Amino acid sequence: MTVKGALPGGALGVETVGMTMRFGGFTALDGVSIAVAPGSFHALLGENGAGKSTLVKCMMGFYRATSGQLMVGGREVEVPDPRAAHAHGLGMVYQHFTLVPSLTAAENLVISRDDAPRVIDWRAERVALAEFMGRMPFAVPLDQPVRALSAGEKQKLEILKQLYLGRRFLILDEPTSVLTPDEADEVLGHVKALCAAGQITVLMITHKFREVTAYADTVSVLRRGALVGTGAVAELTHDAMARMMMGDARLADPAPRTGTPGAPVLSVNGVRASDRSGLKDIAIDGLTVRAGEIVGIAGISGNGQMELMEVLTGQRPLAAGEVLVKGAPYDATREEARIRCVRYLPEEPLHNACAARMSVTENIAFRTFDLNGKGTRFWLSGREMRARAADLVAAFKVKTASLDSPMASLSGGNVQRAVLARELTGDVDLLVISNPCFGLDFTAVAEIRARIMAARNAGAAVLLMSEDLDEIIELADRVLVMSEGRIAYDRPAAEADRAEIGHHMGGHA
Amino acid sequence: MATVDQIGTSGRRSLLSPEGWLAALARRSEAVVIPVGALLAGLLVFGLFLLTQGKSPAEFYALVYKAGFGTSFSWQNTLSRTAPLLFAALCVALPARLGLVVIGGEGAIVLGGVACGALAGAVSGMPGALGIPLMALAGGLAGAVWIGAVGALRHFRGVNETIASLLMAYIAIALMNHLVEGPLRDPASLNKPSTAPLADQLRIGDIPGWDVHWGLALGIVACLLSWVLIERTTWGFAARIAGGNVRAAQVQGLPVGRLIVGFTALGGAFAGLAGVFEVAAVHGAANASLATGYGYTGILVAFLARHNPLAIIPVAVLLAGFEASSGLIQRRMDLPDATVLVLQGFVFVAILLSETLYGRLKIFAPERWGERA
Repeated sequence: MTVKGALPGGALGVETVGMTMRFGGFTALDGVSIAVAPGSFHALLGENGAGKSTLVKCMMGFYRATSGQLMVGGREVEVPDPRAAHAHGLGMVYQHFTLVPSLTAAENLVISRDDAPRVIDWRAERVALAEFMGRMPFAVPLDQPVRALSAGEKQKLEILKQLYLGRRFLILDEPTSVLTPDEADEVLGHVKALCAAGQITVLMITHKFREVTAYADTVSVLRRGALVGTGAVAELTHDAMARMMMGDARLADPAPRTGTPGAPVLSVNGVRASDRSGLKDIAIDGLTVRAGEIVGIAGISGNGQMELMEVLTGQRPLAAGEVLVKGAPYDATREEARIRCVRYLPEEPLHNACAARMSVTENIAFRTFDLNGKGTRFWLSGREMRARAADLVAAFKVKTASLDSPMASLSGGNVQRAVLARELTGDVDLLVISNPCFGLDFTAVAEIRARIMAARNAGAAVLLMSEDLDEIIELADRVLVMSEGRIAYDRPAAEADRAEIGHHMGGHA
Repeated sequence: MATVDQIGTSGRRSLLSPEGWLAALARRSEAVVIPVGALLAGLLVFGLFLLTQGKSPAEFYALVYKAGFGTSFSWQNTLSRTAPLLFAALCVALPARLGLVVIGGEGAIVLGGVACGALAGAVSGMPGALGIPLMALAGGLAGAVWIGAVGALRHFRGVNETIASLLMAYIAIALMNHLVEGPLRDPASLNKPSTAPLADQLRIGDIPGWDVHWGLALGIVACLLSWVLIERTTWGFAARIAGGNVRAAQVQGLPVGRLIVGFTALGGAFAGLAGVFEVAAVHGAANASLATGYGYTGILVAFLARHNPLAIIPVAVLLAGFEASSGLIQRRMDLPDATVLVLQGFVFVAILLSETLYGRLKIFAPERWGERA
């Protein structure tokens, strides 16, 4: 496959040659050569830390590669900074939106231009924008503030912005992670059509095989900084792609599910509470989690999951209703949580469950520092804290330089292991979890899911909120969907249908 | 990240292992080396400032040493200024362990003094052994309510504690002026409106053999107790969790609100005691002399001490020495007595800048010793 020049429609061909990036003694990218033909839709697969972000940051000029070249349109170019990359027609769409929420779509487009004048002639700009939108295969409302747009519309606007800025090679960094499946299909469908028309070339970072198969023409797989496979998507199965991503690493098989659900442990009845903005409310009419059962709540973030977590941890006052644990009202005080064996695993554990500057030992002691054998204690015991931390670090295989190291010096997977070590020891009757595997690599994910399943098999009631639908489907006995602060869907896992779940996540069902 | 699993891989601890004593020393020394470095940097820059004024920095620092620490008389002067700084610094350091920046200790000092002066008349018939504790209780309570209110506003209403405490200090000073010039004024105090002078048995005397009042001893005891509270009790650990990450503390079900109100109130009580000693041991009556800025110097003491109550003791002595030297500097070097404030300002800016260094210097992070530069 040769990559030369550009298509008449404008799409650019881009090629990296022997791209290498070293940070000190660590090689993040090792001689990666990827060729993306003009007008093609190329997917870039890899685990966390495989070097995908490093590669695109080198291409966009955020990093200067240690060695290697970038060819754009068949010619070698230098990209010392993002501005230079933009000048060559390279643009990037990020995982999270980079639009100004309070400005309209039109304003966002115009101010993003490098040559935006000091005084903007809006009448002329509007005419130009209308002309531009007329050439585009899809549109977004131009005169509404961006905050009023749906996630899908925002992502479409991000792509329109790149086209408006004259970019002809787009790097999309997990562009669908904040979209519902339906929105993702729509956005990627449009992107593919633009590629097919020869207007743009796309390099998309993703971890969703389904999107690769449905939209990409070619795929490259990175592992530990090296290119381990590349080829036409039509010739590769999901299994083959997974094997390339994983290498020889053997994943633990999904943990077996044993036992049947018992008595209800958590009941949320008629709960009303205001959401973050204070403008909407969340309403959970009846949510029951039984012993030995994982109830999974799927949903796009921002639909009330965070507020539900706060209700269950006692941080959000209830306007009405009640939360019962083991049949008695529950206010989530430390004492109640201890006596009824309730544990929490909030999302982003370093930010929500740890003190980053305190040591690993101290962080592991958060749950038990005020307990001795029978009741509570007043005097701290440093020796007991340290002994307990040493045991748990060994038992949960937390990799840390030292027990005295600050929690922030651990990698994401090891922070989560340390938190699991703290929360999953002793008797656990109710476990409330939010996005436990976000941002972790395959091995950590498999291990953490196995621990959650083990807690369920041992008789704990588990409430699992996750934005990762695959995680819910793998782990849950019952699948719920949360949308607009309400439970919109409730099925046993065996009857759950992915498409139907997707529709409910989007709120149109 | 090049974090290496060292646990269980080798039984022996090398000198450079992150578990060894050298690593422990490196971790602990961060909290000493950085503030001392910042202090020296502040003194150095202030020296440059003196040069621009045509004065000799060497002469200045020699005078500071002489006036603050050179003779037994200067030591007494320094130590008697140390007592209120110890209490005022605790009023900053205790809330700081919960992540709150309270800078209005001056208000609690002033109100503590006024409460003491106001009560003095009512207990003037009592023996000192009863009257002094009552006055101390009143002063501590006034300070506790004042700064505890700052904590309560913060926790229950989301009011920024830094701004609230600062503004409340102005209210406290206005309140003091109103009271000592109005309802509590002793008609005999003509030039300087004051409350009635304390009866003799209610005056707090000097530590036997020293020319320094008991406030110094009590201030040191308060620092020691505060250290024990923070480092050795479960309450202190809970406060440190809340200070480290309030979300984590809430998920753990810790009573964050009670901790915030409790620690701010305790800090306020200490500041109130500073006012009590100023009235009962120094001035003999409550008047405008209460608002002389100990509360603000206490902020600097606490920050220099990294909010560690043990470190507050030497730092307070040092800064009290600086303050004690301002008179001599004025006379000998023909500099305004606000010069010492300029010095404090330079040191404070250096300290605030040094806050950005924590966790960034590899020498203090044994986890990263293995990495190549």
